[in-house]
Amino acid sequence: MKSERIVALSAPRKEGRDKVTGRARYIDDITLPEMLYGATVRSRIPRGKIKKITFGPGINWDKFVVVTAKDIPGKNYIALIENDQLCLADGIVNHPEEPVLLLAHPDRHALPKAVEAVSIEYDSLPPVFTIEESERQSEIIWGADNIFKTYLIQKGDVDGIWEKADYIVEGEYSTGAQEQLYIETNGAIAAFDAERGLTVWGSLQCPYYVHKALMALCNLPETKVRVVQTETGGAFGGKEEYPSMLAAHASLLAMKSRRPVKIVYDRAEDMVATTKRHPSRTRHRTAVRKDGKILGGEIELVIDGGAYVTLSPVVLSRAAIHAGGPYEWPAIRVRAKAVATNAPPHGAFRGFGAPQSLFAMERHMDRIARAVNLSPVEIRRINFLKPGQTTITEQTINEPVDLGKMLDRALEHSSYEAKKQWFARENESGAVRKGMGVAAFLHGAGFTGSGERYLASVVGVEGTAEGRVRVLVSSTEFGQGTNTVLCQIAAETLGLPYDDVEIAQPDTTEVPNSGPTVASRTAMVVGSLVASAARGLEQTLTASGKLGKTYSAEEFRRACREHVAAHGRFRSLARYEPPANIYWDDQNYRGEAYAAFAWAIYVAEVTVDLATYSVSVADFVALQEVGRVLNPVLARGQIIGGVAQGIGFALYEKVEWRDGCMQNGQMTNYIMPTSADVPPIRVFFEELGNTHGAYGAKGIGELPMDGPAPAIVNAIEDALGIPLDSVPLLPENIFDAIASASNRESDARSPTGVR
Amino acid sequence: MTKTGATPCDVSLIVNGEPRTVRAYPMERLLDVLRQQLGLTGTKEGCGEGECGACSVIMDGALVDSCLVPVLQAQGSNVVTIEGLGKDARACALQETFLECGGAQCGICTPGMILAAVHLLNEKPEPTMDDIRDGLAGNLCRCTGYVQIFEAVAAAARRGVAR
Ligand code: FES
Ligand code: FES
Repeated sequence: MKSERIVALSAPRKEGRDKVTGRARYIDDITLPEMLYGATVRSRIPRGKIKKITFGPGINWDKFVVVTAKDIPGKNYIALIENDQLCLADGIVNHPEEPVLLLAHPDRHALPKAVEAVSIEYDSLPPVFTIEESERQSEIIWGADNIFKTYLIQKGDVDGIWEKADYIVEGEYSTGAQEQLYIETNGAIAAFDAERGLTVWGSLQCPYYVHKALMALCNLPETKVRVVQTETGGAFGGKEEYPSMLAAHASLLAMKSRRPVKIVYDRAEDMVATTKRHPSRTRHRTAVRKDGKILGGEIELVIDGGAYVTLSPVVLSRAAIHAGGPYEWPAIRVRAKAVATNAPPHGAFRGFGAPQSLFAMERHMDRIARAVNLSPVEIRRINFLKPGQTTITEQTINEPVDLGKMLDRALEHSSYEAKKQWFARENESGAVRKGMGVAAFLHGAGFTGSGERYLASVVGVEGTAEGRVRVLVSSTEFGQGTNTVLCQIAAETLGLPYDDVEIAQPDTTEVPNSGPTVASRTAMVVGSLVASAARGLEQTLTASGKLGKTYSAEEFRRACREHVAAHGRFRSLARYEPPANIYWDDQNYRGEAYAAFAWAIYVAEVTVDLATYSVSVADFVALQEVGRVLNPVLARGQIIGGVAQGIGFALYEKVEWRDGCMQNGQMTNYIMPTSADVPPIRVFFEELGNTHGAYGAKGIGELPMDGPAPAIVNAIEDALGIPLDSVPLLPENIFDAIASASNRESDARSPTGVR
Repeated sequence: MTKTGATPCDVSLIVNGEPRTVRAYPMERLLDVLRQQLGLTGTKEGCGEGECGACSVIMDGALVDSCLVPVLQAQGSNVVTIEGLGKDARACALQETFLECGGAQCGICTPGMILAAVHLLNEKPEPTMDDIRDGLAGNLCRCTGYVQIFEAVAAAARRGVAR
């Protein structure tokens, strides 16, 4: 066998040079001849019936293309899971910023005034804004009960545990919405021609999601819709489902005007109208033995889905499966529910439900530790999942993960014990308080349960006429390193230099459907398929006698060229085959939820300023086991970037809601971490050398989003001695918490909910 | 974004070493003139309100957000964009170290970030870590968490192109 020499090296980013020279072409960098610019007229109220639409004076409306729901050639919905979200409102609106009609004009500067000049009269209907209001059901805004989806996970005899408990620990935790805030806003260009059909270029994660949505909306066959991903300036889940809506709008305008149409959102529109992370509320009730062993518990988890179903059921599923953290639960019941509110639909954002439920779990572990009078470190160590034990869905851990050892290593890197002692002394006086916090967690890679089987992804590897190798996937690059890592895998498999391998631009007429670029599945699932497709290419060449069993790169190139000359286009396809004996029960949510879990221990050190109530993260250790690290520079970059977003989620990023609408849709008042805010983020990898994925890779992209918020909030609790159970925690929230804690000074010694 | 302000006028400026004259509304943003009229799309728009630095260019030696500069204000000035860094040794070193260290992920902040770094190294050829943090604090990056960008800038400084 060839020695492995490309995988596990930091091969340079494939499209890197274009990015550092400014040559990379993003959607707004592209202009087509005769192109119009599009804009969206949106609802200004959370819920109501549209009475009348008036096109105001002072605008030459003849020069505008106007599209309403009546212009939709096919179905007026954005095809996804439930198809309940309309492309353009038709008589009724269910959230602020819901698209009502579309305008296009040759001069992009003419649009804002025209959008303002369209006035819509409504008959308002009573709206619902919070999880609690939705649960009360005094107003039914979706289906029969405002509930999009529920799941129930049960393991063991939950009802029997309570009487055996020495302690019953309860807690309620919540997380806020979070904006993805990719620096490139959403954008798309559509062009239509009766002969060739519809083509859409866009900043997006999932070309085939858009493809599917456009077929239904525009009533076009598969072959008449082409979707091309352009260089994408960040996504983080925020370009998973929303681009289908944007592509739909550009397409309708292009079909009506018969000219190419570009829509690029400005920052304000992108922030207020597109998806965000689901707000959540999680309640824990846990039975614990006096030595700290968890006997079992109940978790009730609710996420706010906004006005339409979109991806909420899938987000909820991941939240529910991760709700028990990396611990062994002899008995557990998780009830999970996604509810409707009259806000723009919440959607995919890195972590996809797991950051919410893991925040609750990891805060709750610290609460349990206090109740049983153990340290946060000991309580985790006692309860960690071990090989041979099962997760809450009864998936057996069959890899030699040793969380206790990982914990030791993370504590050592962060000088945890020494700092704890030192801070305990320092915190007696002075203007700052310091604390240390730990979070332990896991993240499942790939689609949940039977998801990968339904996707049945296909990957191609092509030998070109020039003797080069080209990877054909719909998996997209948006910063995470898809291009680079998949080329490394193909090069490795074929024993070729990295530079001999390239990757096709994702274009639905060129590349097979390798599934959406989500769920930390690309390296593990798609990567394995790239390896098998590459082996297929090699086999064809060896079987035909053009290539020997061992070969040089030059021999391969020549064989490839000969093959193309003799037979034409030379491609090898590989389709996902579900591994044998994988058991997953979709009805009872039991079985092997994920092909693999990544594991992590994060440690945060914080400083709280008692004058300003601001928190700064002084040091951050991120230690994880993600299988084989295929590209150390890129992998480290994924972790650091995710941790920075997690710091934002914990401390800075607060969506201010009024009547279902984001009020602070600007970078000036929705604050993400700057270069001055990030601590040294120190990344460590453990490698178990397991057998997952291509060359042993598991998922990595989402994992680092899960741990920072609980680690940081645990550290703040350590610094201040008061429990803080929601994020984001801005200085005013810390101030309030300190104030209400000192009001409750007297009963602070007997924490509520502890028996 | 707005085209308000009377009638179009001619504005002459030097862009990447070449004299250019553009016809534009006085209040038009330098960003739009660069991108749309001069085809210099390496300068990006992230926010349009002076917060993100994606639109950074160097104007008469100063680092500016081109989304906040009305084009008339650029009359007679010397503007350098990412496309104009081709032969600048310091910029080339930064481009290499960004590639090696993982300083660019999605790449949308990268042109602005590299201009900010060039500006920083012009001012402080041997920056401390704090200088780097401060020098880049006007440029937001959502992907990298900045650490590998700091490393890239430090590596470029070390490479002695500071001379
Ligand atoms: S676009 Fe100019 S600072 Fe953001
Ligand atoms: S690399 Fe994506 S925003 Fe900086």
